[in-house]
Amino acid sequence: MGQDVWVLGTHMTRFARYDDKDLIDLGSEACLGALDDGGVTIHDMGVLASGNLGEAAGGVGQRLQKQIGQTGIPVYNVANACATGATAFRTVLLTIKAGEADMGLAVGLEQMGKMGMLGGGRGGGRGDGRKVFTPRGRYGAVMGVEGRIGTGMMPGVFAQAGMEYAYENDGVGFDQFAKVAEKNHAHSVLNPLAQYQKEFSIDEIKQAEMISYPNTLLMCCPTGDGAAAAVLVGEEKLRSLSKEQQQRAVKVSASVLTSDPWTESCQVQPDVNTLTRNAAVQAYEQAGVGPEDLDLVELHDCFATAELVHYDNLQLCEPGGAGDFIDSGGPWRDGRTPVNVSGGLLSKGHPLGATGIANIYEVATHLRGEAGDRQIEGAKVGLTHVIGLGSACGVHILEKAAG
Amino acid sequence: MGKQIPIVDYLVLDDGDPHLMAHECSECGARYFDRRNACASCGGREFTQRPLPTDGVLRTFTIFGRSDKPFASGVVELSDGTSVKANIVGIDPDPDRIELGMKVDMTTFSAGTDDDGTEAICFGFAPSS
Ligand SMILES: [Zn+2]
Repeated sequence: MGQDVWVLGTHMTRFARYDDKDLIDLGSEACLGALDDGGVTIHDMGVLASGNLGEAAGGVGQRLQKQIGQTGIPVYNVANACATGATAFRTVLLTIKAGEADMGLAVGLEQMGKMGMLGGGRGGGRGDGRKVFTPRGRYGAVMGVEGRIGTGMMPGVFAQAGMEYAYENDGVGFDQFAKVAEKNHAHSVLNPLAQYQKEFSIDEIKQAEMISYPNTLLMCCPTGDGAAAAVLVGEEKLRSLSKEQQQRAVKVSASVLTSDPWTESCQVQPDVNTLTRNAAVQAYEQAGVGPEDLDLVELHDCFATAELVHYDNLQLCEPGGAGDFIDSGGPWRDGRTPVNVSGGLLSKGHPLGATGIANIYEVATHLRGEAGDRQIEGAKVGLTHVIGLGSACGVHILEKAAG
Repeated sequence: MGKQIPIVDYLVLDDGDPHLMAHECSECGARYFDRRNACASCGGREFTQRPLPTDGVLRTFTIFGRSDKPFASGVVELSDGTSVKANIVGIDPDPDRIELGMKVDMTTFSAGTDDDGTEAICFGFAPSS
């Protein structure tokens, strides 16, 4: 379908808490960096897609244009839970495939400050004096049910996804989940763009404050600020650019977005597995590669339990074998399939809208051989994965340019 | 004793033993606890009311440890195969006590009283005795 699309330039800010910069500063830094990296300017762009959740109704893409160039091109403001960045990336890709532009800019940006994903439940009070129980909403609830009838909050959902995997498969428990966090914190030490770059022992991880069993504080991603951007270009246009631009370009050999298909149990608790499995199958098919061909994977480890189940969902291990995979060191940077060598969301951070492009930045940087101390030597093929509850899953497979 | 009201409308208190009631798609049998405009599985638009059994097994759980009163939340697979989200009660919220796959039964308890003296009744699942 359509011509091949390539990443021509990409850039990300360090993920951190920025008191001295606003959302648009961060987005501008990522956009200008990506344009410079690709050797092009805003005047070459035919489309802009901006992914942000916190100010989703605030025309963020147009506000960015006022800093990086108002050229009158179409702007898409995209919001799709934690798959927002991947969706912005894909919006530009589809526009190029459709022949409406030959180059475009995708950016994901978020400023979360200290707003938490770990916060408490919503209160049920109405604050108008008399309290009279009255059924409301689609469940006919007379008060807030979060925490009273189970939980639908992110930490609980992903903890339960891990525990359900432990129920269905042998050799998976608290230790295996903790080992995921041990690995990603160790990896982060090599990544200067990570929000946290600190190694922790398995005991420190297990003994940290319990957030939602089996995930302790060191097994949950932090909130933070940051932005990442990518310049995409169609095959035809790419061939008119310089030799160096062509050599550094990274091919997008699969781009997939899925949502939840109906399953019985996802009516009461989000199912983070089925849509990821579906996205992986489609992506491998589109790219003509298999999981055994991947030199690195950046997947959505919002919680340690999530990473473990996605080993299986993305076919990085034998069916049911995610526990063995982590026990055997398979996803470590020197293992069979390095996973989250950036430090992952657990250490690199997770500014929601930025995440789905930051993982593309990471993989592209390795494929170009420009990842410095954390370079996976000889990397030729990589996969990125994000999932947002609701749900939306984005998977991209990237390949190094030939020659 | 004052009046009682279920915390959610899919908890039925007044026709014998308390139990849950699902909206069941007339075409494909898919079950929902919330009101639906059409079936998310087949698109059917007719629903019937289906009483559900009160026994099942615990498929997954988590324990929220941050508050001063930790609690366990889980998903129960009822004996007819329907999945239900609920708190796990009647047992310490301790990962060494709660077992995946353990048999559980639905139980009810008070969730508070309003200014008219009406008591809201909540449900949870406790280990089978
Ligand atoms: Zn149906």
